[in-house]
Amino acid sequence: MSYLPFVLAAWIFLVGIFGIVRSRHFIHLVVCLSLTQSSTYVLLLSIGYVKHGGAPIFKDVPLGTKAVDPVVQALTLTDIVVSVTVAALLLALAIQAKKHAKTMNPDELRPVRG
Amino acid sequence: MTRRVRLALFGVAACGLAALLLWSITGLPKFGDYHGAYGKILNKRAPQERQTSNVVAAVVFDYRGFDTMGEELILFAAVMGVAMLLREPREEEAPVPEDPVRSDALRAFGVSLAGATLVLGLWIVAHGYVTPGGGFQGGVVLAAAFLLVWLAGSYRAYRGLARAPFVELAEGSGAGGYVVIGLCALLIGDAFLHNLLPYGVAGKLSSGGSIPLLNWASGLEVTAAFVLLFNEFLSERAVLIDPTRRPS
Repeated sequence: MSYLPFVLAAWIFLVGIFGIVRSRHFIHLVVCLSLTQSSTYVLLLSIGYVKHGGAPIFKDVPLGTKAVDPVVQALTLTDIVVSVTVAALLLALAIQAKKHAKTMNPDELRPVRG
Repeated sequence: MTRRVRLALFGVAACGLAALLLWSITGLPKFGDYHGAYGKILNKRAPQERQTSNVVAAVVFDYRGFDTMGEELILFAAVMGVAMLLREPREEEAPVPEDPVRSDALRAFGVSLAGATLVLGLWIVAHGYVTPGGGFQGGVVLAAAFLLVWLAGSYRAYRGLARAPFVELAEGSGAGGYVVIGLCALLIGDAFLHNLLPYGVAGKLSSGGSIPLLNWASGLEVTAAFVLLFNEFLSERAVLIDPTRRPS
């Protein structure tokens, strides 16, 4: 039990990469990448967890109350923003692929010739 | 590389990676048995030092404020990237198609929900450094209010609301505002992004020094960035559903 959240993060990460590797559709691929990235949220938040700790917000809670780590929570916030922007960029690229290569299957994209 | 070879290669690599990950996990402190000094010190000191009851907001906008500036610029750059990828090949000024939602119940529900979402988003941004929330979280909620106008109204109504020049101006001022607040501290002889305003009393809206300013700047930036993203993707769709402009 004491390592379960970390193992869960590793599992989500590997399943996400597995999805990317066997993907046949760009949108599926972007969803898998977002899933892979969400494993880092699980990892960060579970590393910062303090047993019986509350949220690091001291409104109506006396200062010094046991609370979880605020730094990893801030890092998770950064992580989510980056994940969303990457997903948006990749979806835009998927639209371009559909327009130019007429396919949404990564396997059918020909290598770029310069 | 064929599919079969790729999957086999992945299988081997994934087994290796899984073994390494499990090995590294056994080296971590047990779940709930956290030892990071930085977070503990911040939890003890930040509410008094910065008069901010939400320590996560204090970390995001003060202790790691420089990092958040980078994050805002990542968002800014990514939205620019999406706009450049999608705008250039699109024919300029495609006619706005008529696609109003026909169900009155859905329209009424959507319109009332859009207003409520707008207020909720503003509330989450405004109280970001007092209770859970902040510019990033509230900004996404605010952008969702715009999206509701499209979902429950029409694309035409959405375009009327989210005019590109205004949204672009808002995005630029959100990202630029954050940098300018940082530079103001430099001008008066402090470190970049150093606090400018009196700290006030934690738990009040007028607390946290510069944190509220940076919070609102990032809220504006995030709202505008997401509305711009919606604009670009919805314009793609508008070209597709317009019968006169169906791509060959």
